[in-house]
Amino acid sequence: MNPILKTVLQRLGLGLVTLFLVSIVIFSAVTMLPGDFATAILGQSATPETVAAFQRQIGLDRPPVLRYLFWIGGVLQGNFGESFSSAGGLGGGHARTVVSLIAPRLKNTLFLASFAALVAVPLSLILGMLAALYRNSIFDRLVNLVTLTSISVPEFFIAYILMLFLAVRLPLFYSLASVSPETPFLERVARCALPALTLVLVIVAHMMRMTRAAIINLLASPYIETARLKGVSPGRIIFRHALPNAWAPIATVIALNLAYLIVGVVVVEVVFVYPGIGQLMVDSVSARDIPVVQACALVFAVTYIGFNLAADIVSIVTNPRLLRPR
Amino acid sequence: MSIKEAEAQLSSAGTTTDAALKSATLLQIEGLCIEGQSEERWHRIVKGIGLTLRRGEVLGLIGESGAGKSTIGLAAMGYARPGCRITAGRVVFNGRDLLQLGESDLRRLWGSKIAYVAQSAAASFNPAHRLIDQCVEAVVGHQLTAEDNAKRNAVDLFRRLRLPAPDQFGLRYPHQVSGGQLQRAMTAMAMACRPDLIIFDEPTTALDVTTQIEVLAAIKDIVRQFDTAAIYISHDLAVVAQMADRVMVLRYGELVEEAPTRVMLSNPQMPYTKSLWAVRSLRKEEEAGEKILLDVSGVDASYGTFKVLHDVNVKLPRGRTVAVVGESGSGKSTLARVITGLLPPSSGSIRFDGKKLPARLKERDKDLLRRIQMIYQMPDTALNPRRRIRDILGRPLKHHLGLTGAARQRRLLELMRMIELDERFLDRLPSELSGGQKQRICIARALAINPELIICDEVTSALDQLVAEEILKLLLRLQKELNVSYLYITHDLATVKAIADEIVVMHQGRVVESGPKSQVLTPPHHAYTELLLSSVPEMDPDWLDAILAKRQGAELGASPSG
Amino acid sequence: MSLSAEELETLGREGAPLPLAETSSATPALTSRRGVLQTVWRALKTAPLTAWFGLIVILAYAFVAIFAPLIAPFGESAVVGNQYEPWGGKFIFGTDQLGRDMLSRLIYGARNTIGIAVLTTGLSFTIGGVLGLFAAIVGGWTDQLLSRAIDMLMAIPQLIFALMLLSIFGSSVPNLIVIIAVLDSTRVFRLTRAVAMNVVVLDFVEAAHLQGEKLGWIMSREVLPNILPPLVAEFGLRFCFVFLTISALSFLGLGIQPPTADWGSMVRENATLIAYGDVTPLLPAGCIALLTIAVNFVVDWFLHKTSGLRDEH
Repeated sequence: MNPILKTVLQRLGLGLVTLFLVSIVIFSAVTMLPGDFATAILGQSATPETVAAFQRQIGLDRPPVLRYLFWIGGVLQGNFGESFSSAGGLGGGHARTVVSLIAPRLKNTLFLASFAALVAVPLSLILGMLAALYRNSIFDRLVNLVTLTSISVPEFFIAYILMLFLAVRLPLFYSLASVSPETPFLERVARCALPALTLVLVIVAHMMRMTRAAIINLLASPYIETARLKGVSPGRIIFRHALPNAWAPIATVIALNLAYLIVGVVVVEVVFVYPGIGQLMVDSVSARDIPVVQACALVFAVTYIGFNLAADIVSIVTNPRLLRPR
Repeated sequence: MSIKEAEAQLSSAGTTTDAALKSATLLQIEGLCIEGQSEERWHRIVKGIGLTLRRGEVLGLIGESGAGKSTIGLAAMGYARPGCRITAGRVVFNGRDLLQLGESDLRRLWGSKIAYVAQSAAASFNPAHRLIDQCVEAVVGHQLTAEDNAKRNAVDLFRRLRLPAPDQFGLRYPHQVSGGQLQRAMTAMAMACRPDLIIFDEPTTALDVTTQIEVLAAIKDIVRQFDTAAIYISHDLAVVAQMADRVMVLRYGELVEEAPTRVMLSNPQMPYTKSLWAVRSLRKEEEAGEKILLDVSGVDASYGTFKVLHDVNVKLPRGRTVAVVGESGSGKSTLARVITGLLPPSSGSIRFDGKKLPARLKERDKDLLRRIQMIYQMPDTALNPRRRIRDILGRPLKHHLGLTGAARQRRLLELMRMIELDERFLDRLPSELSGGQKQRICIARALAINPELIICDEVTSALDQLVAEEILKLLLRLQKELNVSYLYITHDLATVKAIADEIVVMHQGRVVESGPKSQVLTPPHHAYTELLLSSVPEMDPDWLDAILAKRQGAELGASPSG
Repeated sequence: MSLSAEELETLGREGAPLPLAETSSATPALTSRRGVLQTVWRALKTAPLTAWFGLIVILAYAFVAIFAPLIAPFGESAVVGNQYEPWGGKFIFGTDQLGRDMLSRLIYGARNTIGIAVLTTGLSFTIGGVLGLFAAIVGGWTDQLLSRAIDMLMAIPQLIFALMLLSIFGSSVPNLIVIIAVLDSTRVFRLTRAVAMNVVVLDFVEAAHLQGEKLGWIMSREVLPNILPPLVAEFGLRFCFVFLTISALSFLGLGIQPPTADWGSMVRENATLIAYGDVTPLLPAGCIALLTIAVNFVVDWFLHKTSGLRDEH
């Protein structure tokens, strides 16, 4: 078989195994619940009967393997179960499915993340390459200082500074990013501007530092020196000699940072009260609404694994040694 | 356009003024000083070197590690590696001082008039492009000729360099061809523009001797054919002697001696130059052994499914030295791992002092571990850089002999005397010692606990000639005094002659020949031993031509059809 | 690209060229030995401004954290005024949403926030470091098994994993420390294993094996001293990461719980003031930022110093 295809399939297989194991880890979370969990959820006034009914409802009376199969079977069909916050008709509310909670918020989060990524990825790649090409120049040193500072700072610090100066003192942007499904596209962009800007600032710092390091590493290869000593022009060295070997490191850098973006989105959504999946997860953790937490964790994990998988596959298919076997 | 026409176009310098050009100075370096940066300080690497190179002349630069010869080679192109800077001097090439030229002027010269062949061709080719595209890049880039023309020329060069299937060779990628072929491809790349000057920076150092000879022959041939001037850099005087018209010996960035090759070889002036023959002049009188200490019989071993040793038999008499000789991949180092128990054999047995040696390190008792010791190739990595010599030597004394306090101190001093180092070294860190001193400490560590067998894995190949000679002398003296046995692994035949009683020749995991030194080194040889022995360069400028003529004759004789 | 091996060797020898014949006459010490303090001082003299800034800031934070009760004008959670009193007067930075003195809480916050982060990082290094060294030296199946298990844990984003575990075990300081330490130890494991791998293949480790040395000796005497510099640098970076993670969790209301003074929670508690254009909530956030910047500056300098890496040109 073509070695590329073989390696890619192997990597995909490994990805699937990882997903399977991660789903087990996330599922096992419920089995690790402390004994008094039901009481904690239902409140001190819960009678033994309601506790028993609740445990039956979340399936604690069945063996774990069976419960896992039931859960993962549902997940594969897009059914993540029901939210605890409306469990067993307690409090009189009707049961809400986890999917109905997550779906609209996932859309919002994806919108915000793609918005930030569209700006951040090209920007940081360009800045990173410039810093690498002009390393140790004033530009490089300045960029190094700024990015080092910016990766050291908590996301909410950047977020509040932006909010304070760009929304409150100087009312240029919306300070809160409240959107609804009916919000028109342009207004949505305007409302998301500050959270997106926060994410961009954080991601660009990380990403351009990594890009710079990757490019410097690449330019230190002996074959680049060989090309120079052949009298090849600087532009040709970059495009013909460096670039074909740069896809793998660049893909890795992008994937790593998009994965980072996923996590960064949680805090930023909370600061700007943006109705995304990150905020949902934080609320559900506070309320100990386990089915929702599990579903959110699974969504985040799948995205994260997906990005890493994509980066690895790009590295495989651009590797000249695999591309042209002996 | 035919190849001939292309050639004519390329060597546009013309033929009329050929004779006049021949004697003209091509490159003149004066008062060259270069500094290198380490730990944020600048140190002088090259201290005022001057040289003159005429058209068509080959100059050999020879020196040991740290002589600054590679740095000078690159400076001859007007280039300094990152971390180095040229602080003084002139590099006049064809009447222009390269150190005064801007980047774009230099770029016009690089590749077209001056070319560079690096030590590691494997790292110097871009893995993403075909060999032929990389070979013609400079020609096309400098707009010397059209691409198809350049490619035809490259194929012609491949043929002249005796690369297999020259028409298809260039279509392959760097990782698809062997190291020796890659080194020749790099020479073709340098030759593509018919430069006036090529810098060869240790082009055969990373190769095995049997491959080296092919590459040397190819390079010598092509430089001669195109009458190209060259600077040939090497640490091996015998190699340089084959290539160069004139030799410069360098040490610590300074010139030691300069002379035409034949004069240099027949009548070296400076003591340092004479010392370059040091190991070659050492000869051990062969002694027959009686009692067998180590008996390796019918050993097979493999890494995973890859079999590296096939039915290996070695007998080592007590108090004697058996040299295991072979090129990389011959399995000689694997044999050492099998004997030490790091790699259990898949079949066969090893007997030590009459008793069967347990296959695994874990199954061997402490006393057995004491009796078999090892000395490594790289003294830099064989000593823990964070521990003082006193701790490095003292640990086995305590661990195996239970020595502490005054008794241990006495033994430490005794050991230092044995290896001829001052006792003040005990309180130093390995980084404060030179390579030779470190190797002495490694010997002391092995000797500390009175072993009976010491496995020496290429212990002198990382050292300069002179230091290597002293280490070999030390090993010989200690053997006489302590009656210890050596299993000496090496690829270098001069070392074998210097130290061995018996020789085992290995090739691709098998023993091809073994016996007393005198027997193995005198004809008739096994075919591989013959190839190995005849491939080792000798201190004779005519050696390469003679050996090639001889081999060609043998080939013609073997196949009368031609 | 750095210097070629042979050039570096010259540099190492510069100043005291070796005598031609190496005999018993000792050569003068190539590098004179210096006391540790002297070495540190020499290094500091050449340190860039950013590193100096970082060191001073770190020392100041440490001072404040240790002597918090002596410095703070009011108690950690004592209600001493009305809510949201303005800056100045009795309360330099005003009061918070319950009428507690902001400055005092900032000072106590240093102690709590930094203390917990240091504890967590220490635990994380103990777990990850020991396992990483163990995996690198033992190798084989043990290493494979450990590495794959760690890969698995790392396949879930750390903050998300932490959120999930906190929702199960509940937010308390011990839970927080253990959860973050275990999750963070995966990265320590990766790094320790990777750098230890480079040392384990060296001949002196094999020599120790051949002498019959035990695992404990090889881990602590042969390998650990040689991987200390990258581990020290990593400790700084991991501290920043842990510190930011804990602050983020506290900010989300899932970390250190009230009434303990903690910078992350303080941002959350006073966040509403931002809407009125008040910078007070930025104070605790700024405290977090300043410390991580300082640590990063020092680590950056340290890495540059110990890796021997030079930037080219």
